[in-house]
Amino acid sequence: MVNSVQVHDLVVRRGGREVLHGVGFALAPGRITGLLGPSGCGKTTLLRALVGVQSGVSGTVTVLGEPAGAPGLRSRVGYVTQAPAVYVDLTVAENLRYFAAVLGAPPGRVEEVLAQVQLQGRTSQGVRTLSGGERARVSLATALLGSPELLVLDEPTVGLDPVLRRDLWALFRALADRGTTILVSSHVMDEAARCDHLLLLREGRVVADEPPAALLRRTGAADVEQAFLAVAEAAA
Amino acid sequence: MSARLVLATARRVLAQLRRDRRTVALLLVVPLLLLLLLRYVFTQQPAVFDRVGAPLLALFPFLTMFLVTSVAMLRERSSGTLERLLTTPLGKADLLLGYALAFGLVAVAQTVLASALALGPLGLDVAAGPLLVVVLAVLDALLGTALGLLLSAFARTEFQAVQFLPAFVLPQLLLCGLFAARDAMAAPLRWLSAAFPLTYAVDGMQQLTVSGALTSDVVRDLVVVACCCLAALALGAATLPRRTA
Repeated sequence: MVNSVQVHDLVVRRGGREVLHGVGFALAPGRITGLLGPSGCGKTTLLRALVGVQSGVSGTVTVLGEPAGAPGLRSRVGYVTQAPAVYVDLTVAENLRYFAAVLGAPPGRVEEVLAQVQLQGRTSQGVRTLSGGERARVSLATALLGSPELLVLDEPTVGLDPVLRRDLWALFRALADRGTTILVSSHVMDEAARCDHLLLLREGRVVADEPPAALLRRTGAADVEQAFLAVAEAAA
Repeated sequence: MSARLVLATARRVLAQLRRDRRTVALLLVVPLLLLLLLRYVFTQQPAVFDRVGAPLLALFPFLTMFLVTSVAMLRERSSGTLERLLTTPLGKADLLLGYALAFGLVAVAQTVLASALALGPLGLDVAAGPLLVVVLAVLDALLGTALGLLLSAFARTEFQAVQFLPAFVLPQLLLCGLFAARDAMAAPLRWLSAAFPLTYAVDGMQQLTVSGALTSDVVRDLVVVACCCLAALALGAATLPRRTA
């Protein structure tokens, strides 16, 4: 099986400081991988390196068979930034129509993704009047428009109520079942149980790279939060 | 570059502008009020109004489009939408030309209204007639747009972007030949003046005021302004790196 993402010896320097120190991992297709770690550990930098917008990168990052950021990948990789990247002065529909045009999405795709993120009734509402969670879902919808093979999500469920969070995870699962590779970052450890595979990141290093069950078994911890503490203490 | 993506971007920028009705009203009405004011300031000296009226028709769209575009592009950079767009198939040229097209259309509306008032009821006397005046004014507006897109790269906040007007535009205004004839300037100032794109925009309008024909001087002015637009857009594309820290 060919991996969707292959990262080898990734080093990222930002402002003279090394943020990632020789990170390596692979993402298998059709799997949900959780990138977990405390705030400031380098999660966003790692995701940005994967989608090819991070400067100061060395090492190899191969995405869907091409170097990260290659022009051919721009229609195959969906990236959802941590802060919603949407135009607050436009309506939900206007935002989606623009991104649909940019991504060359087929007609009718806007309605499909609106249903997927449960915003069907809000199409004519201005994004400025939406809540933070709703804006995040508009931002997610813009990335789904292009039906990407790899979906890179930076903390997509922050600020969402538990019901909506469960529904979005069900959506991620459905996308993965259809073959989409998903890398989702979170600092909420309880989301780890919903992933097929985990990458624990601490101070710019991968400290665990295994399925949740294997991590719990190895550390003898009751949950991922405890497992992270055990791994972090072992590494210190 | 793709015409489809340029048009989609222009449509989106215009939709954003349409939501901001007050800005649209200010863009369209303020030049009219200023022209009216100017006409009555020089009510005893119609020759002065004839001399500065046409250059001002070039200045209004240049100034307003410079300000509006630099702030709009700064918002795109700081809101995260630019980073998001650069991970999509949208090219830098698609984005910049989309902005230029959208604000160019606004400039056409602004200029047609201002010219209609100045050449009609206010009795501004321009030898070349309205068509050339509008063409040059729209080209000047595009110059403002292109410079605004470029300079937005050097501002981190909207406060800074607004300060580029006195820092970058006022020196051009002082030396463009409107306040003092360029021939009467000391040589270094004249050289500086010759290096500023606004000089050609204003000179073109002054030429159109006195001469009815498309003289070689006017053609030179049009070509210089157009080339400065293209150069600013090309430099603007270079300020949009896909990879950032």
